[in-house]
Amino acid sequence: MTKLKPWISLSGIGVFAVLLLAVAPLVLTDHWLNNLGKYCCWAIAAVGIGLAWGRGGMLVMGQGVFFALGAYSMAMHLTLETAGDRIPGFMVLYDPLAPLPVFWEPFRSAGFTLLAIVLLPVLLAGSLGYALFKRRVKGAYFAILTQALAVALATLISSTIRETGGDTGLSDFKYFFGFVLNDPANKHMVYLIAAALLIVCLLAVWQLYRSRFGELLVATRDAEERVRFLGYDPANVKLVAFVVSALMASIGGAMFVPIVGIITPAEIGAAASILMIAGVAFGGRASLFGPALGAIAVGWGQSSLGSTWPDGWTYILGLLFIVVILFLPNGLSSLSARFTAARPSPDRQPAPAIVAAELEEVRS
Amino acid sequence: MDALIAPLLNGSAQGALLLLAALGLSLTFGQMGVINMAHGEFLMIGAFTAYLVQQVIAYSDLSIPVALPVAFVVAGLFGLLLEVTVIQWMYRRPLDTLLVTVGVSLILQQAALQIFPSQGVPVEKPGWLDGQLNILGYEWPLRQLFTILLAAVCVAALAAWLKYTSFGRRIRATVHNRDLAETSGISTRTVDRLTFFAGSGLAGVAGVAASLIGGTNSQMGVQYIIAAFLVVAAGGIGQLKGTIVAAWTVGVALSYFAYWTTGSLAQVLAFILVIVFLQLRPQGLFTVRTRSLV
Amino acid sequence: MTDASLVVTDLHVEFSGFVAVGGVSFDAYPGEVRFLIGPNGAGKTTCIDAITGLTGATGSARLGEKELLGRPVHKIVRLGVGRTFQTASVFDELTVLQNLDIAAGRHRPSASLLRARRGTDASIEQTLEETGLAGELATPAGILSHGQKQWLEIAMLLVQDAKVLLLDEPVAGMSQDERTATGELLQRIAAKRIVLVVEHDMDFMRRFATRVTVLHQGRVLSQGTVAEVQADPKVQEVYLGTAGAPTTAAMSVVPEPAAGTQKWEED
Repeated sequence: MTKLKPWISLSGIGVFAVLLLAVAPLVLTDHWLNNLGKYCCWAIAAVGIGLAWGRGGMLVMGQGVFFALGAYSMAMHLTLETAGDRIPGFMVLYDPLAPLPVFWEPFRSAGFTLLAIVLLPVLLAGSLGYALFKRRVKGAYFAILTQALAVALATLISSTIRETGGDTGLSDFKYFFGFVLNDPANKHMVYLIAAALLIVCLLAVWQLYRSRFGELLVATRDAEERVRFLGYDPANVKLVAFVVSALMASIGGAMFVPIVGIITPAEIGAAASILMIAGVAFGGRASLFGPALGAIAVGWGQSSLGSTWPDGWTYILGLLFIVVILFLPNGLSSLSARFTAARPSPDRQPAPAIVAAELEEVRS
Repeated sequence: MDALIAPLLNGSAQGALLLLAALGLSLTFGQMGVINMAHGEFLMIGAFTAYLVQQVIAYSDLSIPVALPVAFVVAGLFGLLLEVTVIQWMYRRPLDTLLVTVGVSLILQQAALQIFPSQGVPVEKPGWLDGQLNILGYEWPLRQLFTILLAAVCVAALAAWLKYTSFGRRIRATVHNRDLAETSGISTRTVDRLTFFAGSGLAGVAGVAASLIGGTNSQMGVQYIIAAFLVVAAGGIGQLKGTIVAAWTVGVALSYFAYWTTGSLAQVLAFILVIVFLQLRPQGLFTVRTRSLV
Repeated sequence: MTDASLVVTDLHVEFSGFVAVGGVSFDAYPGEVRFLIGPNGAGKTTCIDAITGLTGATGSARLGEKELLGRPVHKIVRLGVGRTFQTASVFDELTVLQNLDIAAGRHRPSASLLRARRGTDASIEQTLEETGLAGELATPAGILSHGQKQWLEIAMLLVQDAKVLLLDEPVAGMSQDERTATGELLQRIAAKRIVLVVEHDMDFMRRFATRVTVLHQGRVLSQGTVAEVQADPKVQEVYLGTAGAPTTAAMSVVPEPAAGTQKWEED
């Protein structure tokens, strides 16, 4: 609220950028740098979730859908780049004679692919959000509908083996826009792109949060009807936040593909979408750094504990949800905020919901 | 003729199963605004209870009728436990209950995966459900008819309970106006617990029915929870009538879509159907003017 | 004068068969503090809900030449109709300045939304002075006193430059001094704008009302100056249950409805 605070956040992003872009490549092994790249992709999606859920109050439980749009766009392009003039291998295995599906054709073009990574989530989130927000579908309805979309898309991809690779997904990419992916130097470059995109997304939400739009978004979250009585259409405010968050999820998905080397329906379905939320809840949904740091932490837990002790990891994840939401609704970031007076204390957080409920009561 | 009749009958049975799963969800959501994502796992608990009862009473003709009330109580107790330990602290944050119960659902799934074989367990169908009923040339499995009858009995029992018992009246009073109910001397705490018990118990009954139709494994709850919630949303919160119509419609629609296209495309189509429907009637099929959520 | 008038004609609101407002007509002009009073369930709040687009209604509500009924809420606001609610509803997490800034925002180009706020608009400065909130600029609205929240709501209507202010029980829960301050503020505001107040507090009404409309069971019972209305035997009957002599004491306080029971009048 003071004039100083935005600059503290900005320098925080600066420190984060130095750590990710300069320090991490020096101190981490190739294996862990690649892992960190993967977490960065989840973090990019998480930053968007923080915007939509933390600031906008829209619990987006189906970000896997937008993650998938970016990821599969990229994966189709890389698959075609690897296959060259031939039909991709998995399609030949499935049916040697059939031609390339029509919707794959434009993804030969690098330009179209990049455009699709940006435009597909904007169009889908835009039309879905318009349809839902204008009809004032919100709260749990919105959450479940987005989750249902993730389930539906994952099922659809699983069952279209020849068109999308089905459950085995798309993998074995050799090139990334002309660069050989096996080359460690190129792997470094892909990591740096993902990390840089994360920084860009943080800068974008930093500006959004300090802008008038950010204030309006919080106002809409806390008392949607009141905003309407100030002459704004809350649907538009929410729509912008939802579309931006979808775009970020798509960008995260697109970078996930060259870094991890495979995309399957499991990475985009209901469980994956919930995992993305776990990090945001853990780090602090409404804070600037919380979602990204939380996503990196959960990502790290997933790839270390999740592979060595998968049963235990699931329990930990479940408990994480229960404990964090129950006792720390604003995540770990609220712990640090307790020592700085600039933020309202976390106990006050539930209050707006009550005000909103009362307003609804006046309405009904 | 088969092409028209078969999906209609199969879809009706599917709708009945959805209805059983959605009934409890609608009850708890309608009354408390709590979105219990672990509801699907309570259904799973009901199915595993059917299996466990069968280990004690090997005679499947008898074990299934016994399993129904047992599953109701077991799943109900799990629901009660959840309400007492977690949910009662969160009534002012309905959207957050959704995430907390996601955590609960992850833990229950994992526990089921470790306790029972990962590929699932067989639940033997009773002999008296083996036959088929010939309807206009289509051999309709009796199990499906049983699901429909079970759903009808549950709906009738629930409706009677809500309408004629004093507890039911208290529940309706609380749904209608929580503050007023409280000032009228109704202990909304007791009512909430009882509702949660009953709602979760119904999931257990649904689980027994599901175990007779599909597989019984740790992932079975996930299959039902989203569809059940869509049914609740489309039917209108806390509306028995709406839930019934919506469940049947979604079940039959899924069945026809699956018949014309594929099972997975049917899911996508059903989702679009619900979105379009919510465009037309954002409050669901039938509405009461109660406080809306969040 | 007609250009700046609010004219409500034959307003009907029905909730699934129950007639909440059955043919209400009244008008309001700048320069007067207009009051809408009546017992519980008379349809006062419902009238405001209908005018602001919150509930569907038939009949007509015109601001100057423009028909208000049938437009979505935010469009009606953009025509210059602002309202407050029975429960003070400000954005608790935002500061007083941020609250006002959002309220002032609809006159700005939408691109300016993407920039951070620099400085304070002149209209906001002026309103802060007028409502006595200048000292609370950086206070989160959630920790303001009840009276201050009500004033902040009125201030928000002023910076959004509403031509019509519909105030739903603006002095409920206020101390006597705060009531007086609010009344005087309303009289100042009413010089240039249309001010319509829904109130239960008869004392407040008597002190500050220019013209009064009494609603009863969804219909207009009486209309006129405070003196005229008080002298009306029909009004006495409704408030006292008998057509006895007018006793100001009995009329002075009509019990507040409890929050829980308030609902039925709107349902």
